[in-house]
Amino acid sequence: MAETAVQEKEPLFGKKERKLLTDPLDSNNPVTVQVLGICSALAVTTLTFKALVMSVAVVFVCGFAALITSLLRNLIPGQVRMIVQLVIIAGLVTIVELTLKAASYPVYKDLSVFIGLIITNCIVMGRLEAFSLANKPWRSFLDGIGNGLGYGLILIIIAVIREIFGKGTLMAGSPWGGINIIGANNATTSYWINTAAESGIGTWFSWYANNGLMVLPASSMFIIGVIIWVQRSWNKDLVDIS
Amino acid sequence: MDALNLFLKAAFVENMVLAYFLGMCSYLAVSKTIKTAFGLGLAVIFVLGITMPINWLINEYLLSDTGIFGQDLTFLRFILFIAVIASMVQLVEMVIEKFSPSLYNSLGIFLPLITVNCAILGGSLFMVSREYNFGDSVAFGMGSGFGWFLAIIAIAAIREKIKYSNVPPALRGLGMAFIITGLMGMAFMSLMGIDLGV
Repeated sequence: MAETAVQEKEPLFGKKERKLLTDPLDSNNPVTVQVLGICSALAVTTLTFKALVMSVAVVFVCGFAALITSLLRNLIPGQVRMIVQLVIIAGLVTIVELTLKAASYPVYKDLSVFIGLIITNCIVMGRLEAFSLANKPWRSFLDGIGNGLGYGLILIIIAVIREIFGKGTLMAGSPWGGINIIGANNATTSYWINTAAESGIGTWFSWYANNGLMVLPASSMFIIGVIIWVQRSWNKDLVDIS
Repeated sequence: MDALNLFLKAAFVENMVLAYFLGMCSYLAVSKTIKTAFGLGLAVIFVLGITMPINWLINEYLLSDTGIFGQDLTFLRFILFIAVIASMVQLVEMVIEKFSPSLYNSLGIFLPLITVNCAILGGSLFMVSREYNFGDSVAFGMGSGFGWFLAIIAIAAIREKIKYSNVPPALRGLGMAFIITGLMGMAFMSLMGIDLGV
């Protein structure tokens, strides 16, 4: 596509670059294939909005940590690379945390430790180790963004399922207000703005009682297990032989 | 008595793995056999038990505005906490290498990876946000380490047995491990609501 514009030795956005972005979405997904970064993820998937904020934060940290590490890759001595990487990540996470605190305090309160836990999110560390230390900055940046997006994709799928069936709403808690999808009016906590209570969608399925299981952390485990099952059923290469 | 209650609460009621899903990466990766799971579990108990009080002292006397610098330095919290954890893990690694080379070899890469085990940093951040005192932080650290230990031993035992079952191919391995973890989380939930007074 765009490679016609810059067709020198290395196109700015050629096939390989596009692959770096799309591979982590499916066949090399950080969550379901590489098993990285499950730690801090699953606790934030009760609401879609929280998952969205978390995904944006991870995409940002992942992309820029990869970029910075890749720029410094020839200067970092091998023995202390872990510490250097941690410092880079911790710095970026601090930026995200302070920004979020200033932008939306209730969301910050809700996500609290989980933003901090992006530091120990194995995706970021894992991609730095596996890719950025050996590749050029632009490609590392794309790889970081791609992996962040792959993580965000799974996170949002889980969150949408959990929120619709567990709370009957979608995007509740977001600044522009959530909507009630199924079940009776579900607005409960103070900063939830439920705008769709009289839109009619809710009343069609008003017989639906919220499924308490979906609110529990355990449900995210089942959902991710099923996602892995579905993905591996149509992508046979990923099946675990052992 | 409060400390004991907090220990039990951290280990059972609010288990790091099964209630908060922290430390999942090494939990899933190292739980194929009981032997290695046991070694890693012990290492995590030790690291959590040590880093939590150290981080409490750092937070109280270096970073807070009543500390020795007299300034609010909490924005340095992440970097200092992770540095403490990384150095403690290094220490544990050297101790295990000296006293049990066989365990050291079987743990391999997963020992240094305790540094990025979310349960460790998560524990320290929980401790700050819940405003524990020094004694509480020791009890909470030991308790959550013990809870992590229990959880990884339990899933390793189940995974050793499930090898003999006929699981659908696409669900084999990782998918099944996730579902088992979910079921274990539900089982642990039956302990929820037990009020220990902390």
